[in-house]
Amino acid sequence: MSILVGSETRLVVQGITGREGEFHTRAAIAYGTKVVAGTRPGKGGQMAIDGTVPIFDTVHEAVKQAGANSSVIYIPASGAPDAILEAVDAGIGTIVCITEGIPALDMIPVVEAVRRAGARLIGPNCPGVTSPGRAKVGIIPASIHKPGRVGVVSRSGTLTYEAVQAMTDAGIGQSTCVGIGGDPIIGTTFLDVLQMFHDDPDTDAIVMIGEIGGSAEEAAAAYAAANLQGVPMAAFIAGRTAPPGRRMGHAGAIISGGSGTAAEKIAALQAAGVRVADSPTQLPKLLIEAGYRP
Amino acid sequence: MKIQEADAKSLMLAQGLPVPPWEVARTPDEVRAAAQQFFAHGAAKVVVKAQVLVGGRGKAGGVKLASSQEEAAEIGARILGMDIKGITVRKVLVTTAAEIVREYYLGAIIDRASRRVVLMASAEGGVEIEEVARLNPGAIHRVEAEPMLGLLAFQARSLGLAIGLRDPLLNQFVAIAQGLFATMKANDADLVEVNPLAVVAETVGGEPQAKLVCLDAKITIDDSGLPRHRELEPLRDLDEEDPADAKARKLGINFIHLDGSIGCMVNGAGLAMTTMDLVNHYGGEPANFLDVGGGARRETVRGAMELILADPKVSAILVNIFGGITRGDEVAAGLIEARAQQVREVPMVVRIVGTNAAEAARLLQEARFETAVSLDEAAEKAVALAKGAAR
Repeated sequence: MSILVGSETRLVVQGITGREGEFHTRAAIAYGTKVVAGTRPGKGGQMAIDGTVPIFDTVHEAVKQAGANSSVIYIPASGAPDAILEAVDAGIGTIVCITEGIPALDMIPVVEAVRRAGARLIGPNCPGVTSPGRAKVGIIPASIHKPGRVGVVSRSGTLTYEAVQAMTDAGIGQSTCVGIGGDPIIGTTFLDVLQMFHDDPDTDAIVMIGEIGGSAEEAAAAYAAANLQGVPMAAFIAGRTAPPGRRMGHAGAIISGGSGTAAEKIAALQAAGVRVADSPTQLPKLLIEAGYRP
Repeated sequence: MKIQEADAKSLMLAQGLPVPPWEVARTPDEVRAAAQQFFAHGAAKVVVKAQVLVGGRGKAGGVKLASSQEEAAEIGARILGMDIKGITVRKVLVTTAAEIVREYYLGAIIDRASRRVVLMASAEGGVEIEEVARLNPGAIHRVEAEPMLGLLAFQARSLGLAIGLRDPLLNQFVAIAQGLFATMKANDADLVEVNPLAVVAETVGGEPQAKLVCLDAKITIDDSGLPRHRELEPLRDLDEEDPADAKARKLGINFIHLDGSIGCMVNGAGLAMTTMDLVNHYGGEPANFLDVGGGARRETVRGAMELILADPKVSAILVNIFGGITRGDEVAAGLIEARAQQVREVPMVVRIVGTNAAEAARLLQEARFETAVSLDEAAEKAVALAKGAAR
């Protein structure tokens, strides 16, 4: 199985003719992802990626004619909310939005529309989702992965690569790696992904990578305390030394009014029985200490 | 982006919120002239408020009352040029000192947990809301604006009722709360706050009447919204900005100046924070947070290096790149170019992994850069270099 993306994924790439869209579509296909369609309004009927992927004007056509069931969005911030809503309207079940810089107020009605439709949005401002050996949707480098049974969920991009590389180097493979995104308003939270990992028969252990800002890590810790006892878990929280009141790159990473600090998040996770690493390179060791056997 | 109180008041006024008139003054003479105007319109006292983006200006002596235009000018002379938390006061706001009957708090924020705009109100206004949240959280009432339709009248009304408002103030409150929400929407703000939202006594037709007015205003703009609000760009207060921030913005990189001695250059915000944390873990202090962003080119790398070196406290540099979209060889080339132009010699350790790491390693080796394989090793080496430089 794995979660969110896998061998059953039939992907439509929204914005397939753009620089990013084309580059990452090639990498996804090379990894074995079933890319069944791309969209670019006005270029319907043409082919992309050396004549291998049909282009449609709309996501509706990609669903109807190519059987797309998942989408990935490489469209600039000004058009990305509309692209998400178009995918929802076309009945796409899993939507991964890579785009960064979408104003938070734009995302509020969008995540609500996604919720009402019963669809699943990952991101925005995220690196995507990879189920190693099965499918890669987004921009996470293929080379860092190894198929296995540890689920990884993270708010970050390159920090995730660091953690996953450390796991792969230690011989610990992954079931699915999910980058949920660094924005304040995102479609899928740590809590949602933990629930999915909990229900996934192919995931035996979990690595969670959080950062300062908000309280999503605390909510995840509460869920772990209640539902994930007996599941080996390790975590890392970035931003122990971040100064309060400053936005640390990610729009979501800010310590405000004394809350959202790394110390609070680490304490909440430890109280839930989750081992918290001082460096992402320690994560494999902590998983083993937690009882995980690759 | 934070904006000054006077600018925040303008944005609120534009949405029809009741904000009493004010003037901005940059010299004691301008303060006197502004005060004279308010006294001529019947003010008993005026208030002079420092315009700075840092909190706690009242405690620092940056907000004072005056009973005459001469006193206002004297106060203006004292406040202008005053240092508040490292910021020199360059402007003050002058306005009539209201006769406050009662103070409330009203704010609108983007709430991540509910993924909605949340309006918060409290009958304990005029004090720092963070304090109220800590000491008496039950005194803060909240309502989530409808995600598709905005703040509905009945929602605003329930909030007003919760803080004890009744006729005729309740209807005024509903209009103000909806105006606050409108201000947020119109400007892509992620915070709009009025503290205090005050009840003042007005005389209308010889009869005393209670009225709600916005006596202070605080707005921050969502940086992601700025590209579609060119009109707000002039509100950026360059006087209060670190010159490095302006340069970083031009380069399209995220940069935050800190107090330590180890300059950091990293791709990705989470990894940049982690790099700082590890520098700290190994006994060093980061001089900055710097995320060169995804797909950084050599010009960006060069510019980032200039930013780091502009800080005289920097005695060692740590470069940590995990290539995904970013190509390691491009970064290495940028580092080599930067070093050729460098005005002062600072020891550096470079770690580049991921996309094109092998090419990067070859370039760095030829140019005799100190390199590291793991993140921990890089941080440890940088700390050792900084300590070596300090001796």
